[in-house]
Amino acid sequence: MTDLAIHAADCDISKRLCDQVRTAYETRTPLRIVGGDTRAFYGRPVEGQPLSMAEHNGIVSYDPVELVVTVRAGTRLSALQAALAEHHQMLPFEPPSFGEDSTIGGAVATGLSGPRRPWAGAARDFVLGTRVITQEGKLLRFGGEVMKNVAGYDLSRLMTGAQGTLGVLADISFKVLPIPTASHCLRLSMSLDDALGTLAKLGRQPLPITAAAWHAGELFIRLEGGTSSVKATQESLGGEPLEASFWASLRDHTHDFFNVNEGQALWRLSLPPNTAPLALDIPETDIFYDWGGSQRWVKTALDAQTLRAACQAAGGHATCYTPNAQGGASEPFTPLNAVLEKYHRNLKTQLDAHGIFNPGRLYAAF
Amino acid sequence: MNILFDERLDGELARRDKAEVLTDIQQAVPTLTLLHREEDLRPFECDGLAAYRVLPMLVALPENLEQVEALLKRCHALDVPVVTRGAGTGLSGGALPLEQGVLLVMSRFNKILSVDPDARLARVQPGVRNLAISEAAAPYGLYYAPDPSSQIACSIGGNVAENAGGVHCLKYGLTVHNVLRVDVLTIEGEHMTLGAESLDAPGFDLLALMNGSEGMLGVVTEITVNLLPKPETAKVLMASFDDVEKAGRAVGDIIAAGIIPGGLEMMDKLAIKAAEDFVKAGYPLDAEAILLCELDGVEADVDDDCETVRRVLEKAGATQIQQARDEAERAKFWAGRKNAFPAVGRMSPDYYCMDGTIPRRELPRVLKGIAALSEQSGLAVANVFHAGDGNMHPLILFDANKEGELALAEDVGGKILELCVAAGGSITGEHGVGREKINQMCSQFQADEISVFHALKAAFDPKRLLNPGKNIPTLARCAEFGAMHVHNNELPHPELPRF
Repeated sequence: MTDLAIHAADCDISKRLCDQVRTAYETRTPLRIVGGDTRAFYGRPVEGQPLSMAEHNGIVSYDPVELVVTVRAGTRLSALQAALAEHHQMLPFEPPSFGEDSTIGGAVATGLSGPRRPWAGAARDFVLGTRVITQEGKLLRFGGEVMKNVAGYDLSRLMTGAQGTLGVLADISFKVLPIPTASHCLRLSMSLDDALGTLAKLGRQPLPITAAAWHAGELFIRLEGGTSSVKATQESLGGEPLEASFWASLRDHTHDFFNVNEGQALWRLSLPPNTAPLALDIPETDIFYDWGGSQRWVKTALDAQTLRAACQAAGGHATCYTPNAQGGASEPFTPLNAVLEKYHRNLKTQLDAHGIFNPGRLYAAF
Repeated sequence: MNILFDERLDGELARRDKAEVLTDIQQAVPTLTLLHREEDLRPFECDGLAAYRVLPMLVALPENLEQVEALLKRCHALDVPVVTRGAGTGLSGGALPLEQGVLLVMSRFNKILSVDPDARLARVQPGVRNLAISEAAAPYGLYYAPDPSSQIACSIGGNVAENAGGVHCLKYGLTVHNVLRVDVLTIEGEHMTLGAESLDAPGFDLLALMNGSEGMLGVVTEITVNLLPKPETAKVLMASFDDVEKAGRAVGDIIAAGIIPGGLEMMDKLAIKAAEDFVKAGYPLDAEAILLCELDGVEADVDDDCETVRRVLEKAGATQIQQARDEAERAKFWAGRKNAFPAVGRMSPDYYCMDGTIPRRELPRVLKGIAALSEQSGLAVANVFHAGDGNMHPLILFDANKEGELALAEDVGGKILELCVAAGGSITGEHGVGREKINQMCSQFQADEISVFHALKAAFDPKRLLNPGKNIPTLARCAEFGAMHVHNNELPHPELPRF
């Protein structure tokens, strides 16, 4: 897409959005913030008047030399990525896309990151600043368009992953990075134990690894970096070549693995690096290890409590990706302990006194 | 301008009798080391911003969590403010004590609890020195990436409080990018874990909020940091320029070539001279500016990148390009930059270090503005610049013994920060707001934004007992300071009294 084509869709509706939020605040009407509506499955269902972000669209500014792009929340993820790719740059956190309508606002609100996460960082790591619509319908700016900025509290990162429960993300500034010069993906036949051992060993070396997954007897690795180091690492690891699109299928859940059988739910287990396989009654073929083992996708009929107890004991947590399916958990996110819940509630009360922003999306109470 | 706590502008503090507070805390926490005599309090009267000194009411030196918890509970009950301090190296007065407050010194929490090389994590107490983490990780070929210039002395708890940076931020991020989990105690003495050893945690990202919150939201008691494999090699190029603007443009050209250097630093003529006189780093004294560009990673890639950068620098008009031949020369090149502050300190009785950030493209304009301010005020300014990430450290030279020079230096400093804000930047990239830049916050943020910060604070500390007067100004202070944003020609909060 050319610059011209991107800007043809430019539209700043922030004033209208502010008015809508102000009215909702005054009339205490809950809002359901909607971008492309591709992530509604993630989290608890929200009852509320839709606040449509899709029209708030376009790149506000992009200076490739500064490594900074500012974009309106309703901009399609694919449009933003295409604009960056024209300058050989990318969003380093590889946000998942769950359909062509996926927006950047939804990507930041859910705070999800793709296969590059353990090596490059998470969505919030690349958010430099935001314009946020507050409960009173004011458009305020936090953070900025510079790499380093420690003035005031980091509201932008707090908003990332808060799923719209603390305010409306209107515009977002990101740090972007060059697309690596060289890339090579490979697959190696390997048992799970050997794969986890290999990944721990490789992780201690300065190698150009930017993705690592294991499933059904195969270790999958993506190398990205300079031509020389990618070539050298490729030669030392060996294996068979793998199509690069494999990572997109894992990221966006289009891989066959994500066809969940009846009676099963899809879970995401987030665990400390180098965690041994959990002692759960789940066949190996129903587990997909991503993020070098730190993120594990699991298809199971096991109940939430069993899964969460096992994850918690290992220092992690479990999220249900199919809360509405039969066998899914009614609380998709791991419940908070009493102290954390108190401060979450305090924050919610301060920033959303009347509970108008996506009420109940994360937890029933806020 | 006096930046000491002013109840008229910063809010009232409870008046408590020192002897009563001392007795109360001693009885509640008999094992806690509490300093109360003037001569014992004196060493704690300031942090790295030594121009400002206040004797705290009491200094607490706890050794275990139970003591911190009990102390906080008593302070909360008595409405006594608590200022938390690590190594005291902060440059923005973030740990400046309060006369009516307890200074909570965490320096005895100095243990590295564990290093897990396979998970690439280290669990440490807040008083552990930044560099000590990398030293503990070194046997496994790992290190902790953020490296503030004070890394020999500064503690990781303070790094979290300030979201400290260093010379490698563009590639490796700030503290917030390298910390996985912190354990905190709230002002009410509750234990709370933010983040996790896994790469995310349920709920709001309170870990990100805690980083850089300057001790205003909680007391950090333990930190889990991410460790990285040490780059196989690091090579540094030094380029000289006969014009500062050319050097500034060369920085952009390097990035435009698709290269993210491990470090990319710029120094102007005055800073070059100071550093060269001090450490004999081999800097060219006839240059108007030098760039230090460090490339790190796998040997073969680094060699390729060195070639690319060399070509870019030549094209950008560098008058001389030198690549450090070996590790010793690389260390020498960096020694000049890392010692730039003390080097400038030798040239002048006092100096005042600023910390503004700007989009890199604004560098020529901002440098011109700084030069004009320097000329107007008669105070020399040396410029040291984390060029890769747009973080400027202008050093304003002055003599505090000369009547009015400190005030003049502060005035020039404040104007430099306003230049940065006007250029689309920030008043602080890594040193924090603390007490030092409390007034300039009013230039960077509107009243409504500042009100949101106060709302966040109220969620954690409604009684405003944690580090009051730092980081976020009151609206009354902004009104008095007079630099508040005038929005749509209306002064915000007309109901507030103007002093």
